[in-house]
Amino acid sequence: MYAQMIQSEASQDDPQKLAEFQARIDADIKIEPRDWMPEGYRKTLIRQIGQHAHSEIVGQLPEGNWITRAPTLERKMILLAKVQDEAGHGLYLYCAAETLGVSRDDLTEQLLSGKMKYSSIFNYPTLTWADIGAVGWLVDGAAIMNQVPLQRTSYGPYSRAMIRICKEESFHQRQGFDIMMKMAQGSEAQRRMAQDALNRFWYPSLMMFGPSDADSVHSTQNMAWKIKMNTNDELRQKFVDQTVPQAEFLGLTVPDETLSWNEEKGGYDFSEPDWSEFFDVLKGNGPCNTERLEARNKAWDDGAWVREGLLAHAEKKRARKTAAE
Amino acid sequence: MAQNNTHLAEFLLRMGDNALILGHRTSEWCGHAPVLEEDIALANTALDLIGQTQLWLTYAAEVMGDGKTADDLAFLRDVWDFRNLLLVELPNGDFGHTLMRQFLFDAYQSIHLPRLVRSTDPRVAEIAEKASKEASYHVERSADTVVGLGDGTEESHNRMQAALDRLWPYVGEMFATDPVDAAMAEAGIAPDPASLRTEYDALVGRVLAEATLTVPESTFAHKGGRTGQTHTEHLGHLLTQMQWLQRAYPGATW
Repeated sequence: MYAQMIQSEASQDDPQKLAEFQARIDADIKIEPRDWMPEGYRKTLIRQIGQHAHSEIVGQLPEGNWITRAPTLERKMILLAKVQDEAGHGLYLYCAAETLGVSRDDLTEQLLSGKMKYSSIFNYPTLTWADIGAVGWLVDGAAIMNQVPLQRTSYGPYSRAMIRICKEESFHQRQGFDIMMKMAQGSEAQRRMAQDALNRFWYPSLMMFGPSDADSVHSTQNMAWKIKMNTNDELRQKFVDQTVPQAEFLGLTVPDETLSWNEEKGGYDFSEPDWSEFFDVLKGNGPCNTERLEARNKAWDDGAWVREGLLAHAEKKRARKTAAE
Repeated sequence: MAQNNTHLAEFLLRMGDNALILGHRTSEWCGHAPVLEEDIALANTALDLIGQTQLWLTYAAEVMGDGKTADDLAFLRDVWDFRNLLLVELPNGDFGHTLMRQFLFDAYQSIHLPRLVRSTDPRVAEIAEKASKEASYHVERSADTVVGLGDGTEESHNRMQAALDRLWPYVGEMFATDPVDAAMAEAGIAPDPASLRTEYDALVGRVLAEATLTVPESTFAHKGGRTGQTHTEHLGHLLTQMQWLQRAYPGATW
């Protein structure tokens, strides 16, 4: 789940048009770029797709941190392929956002200035190789929980991007679990690494779904528009229910003493993450916020001459072609 | 190991180590490229190169016949046992420097690998078949970028010329023939590298001219990487990072 706490925008549109629009959504007819849409729907989607795209881009950093240290050639290839996929996801999503009348450069500048957010999870460090396993298993696992239902989202280009992304994400999650399995069955030091990774990534993964929004006005509007398909609590519960048996299978302990199976609800009871930490991370006070934004800004600033050079060349070529005609 | 196998193993290490070390350098860019499309392209190039590494080093390990694997060769040899060109172990520098190096290497591969497809050694031919397809795509892309940046703005032009001046002394090593190359050529396994120079100069000259860049006049060449005689100080640091987990936790499976 790479989009957190997306606020909806109030719409001041013609009630008749709004009603027709809602009827289309209720009938599961996709909204396409040329169709009329309420301004609030457009703005909310730009915010959500943009945040999702930024998360894919910033998400390259904690994993890229381990490409040069991956322990085998095969692991290195798998991680490279995964990070490459993520950059590709960023590209599809920016393209989907562009159909709503915003440019990729605009969105990038908003990311770099800190005006737009990316998922809080990428502000946590990857300290050991097991963290790469945990990112695949837990972080991609949590992302899939949200993205699978979003394949049915009302906006056509977003839905189609999600369908492509979901295919690749399930492979990402499997490779993460596979790393964890090797670690959990490995040496004492490897098992320690695996448990430590689970300890550090468990609560930040639960935070990926955002605080409870069952009573939120934004959530209700976004769900009516089918921009959001489930409440944060529903998705979090589903994630915990899926992940706890996997941790048991790995022989790892979920760092939550209150965790227990609740027969009546058919799911686990578990502790909420520390939401004050979550809000700190959103405010820029996570362990890696500064490094992540610095790295993205540096890449953008250092690359300015490249973008300008290639653009100048493309213009020269066009001019020469015109002159020759 | 019989003498001809020693030569073959040496040749395979040269092929594998070039791909491994350049793949490592390229992968250092992950998440830091000037534009998203370049992030994707650099990761893709690194992925192809590490894929080639696996094929060359697996075969090298088999020929060496002492029970080692490709991973052992990649992660458990020290500097003096590496056989890559000095060019590929140099630090990345700026994006222009990275792409210039990529082009100078891709141009070589795009000529060398198709010759290897006709190797008398079927495994070499098979690996080269796959790798040469990737190399022809790589050289197309890196040549395009070199032209775009060389013939772009004044700043991009100056940076590309500086990159070419810095890297050119590392090109000659690709064509320096030694007894290993002579043995490979005699057995019809690989061409004599010296025989590739004319074609290389023509290709590189054409692209650099289009890029409005000037090929340095000096023919001086730094050598020693592919023979293992010497390396730059940079390789040790690269290996320190690349081999760290395998060295810190000996015998672990990952």
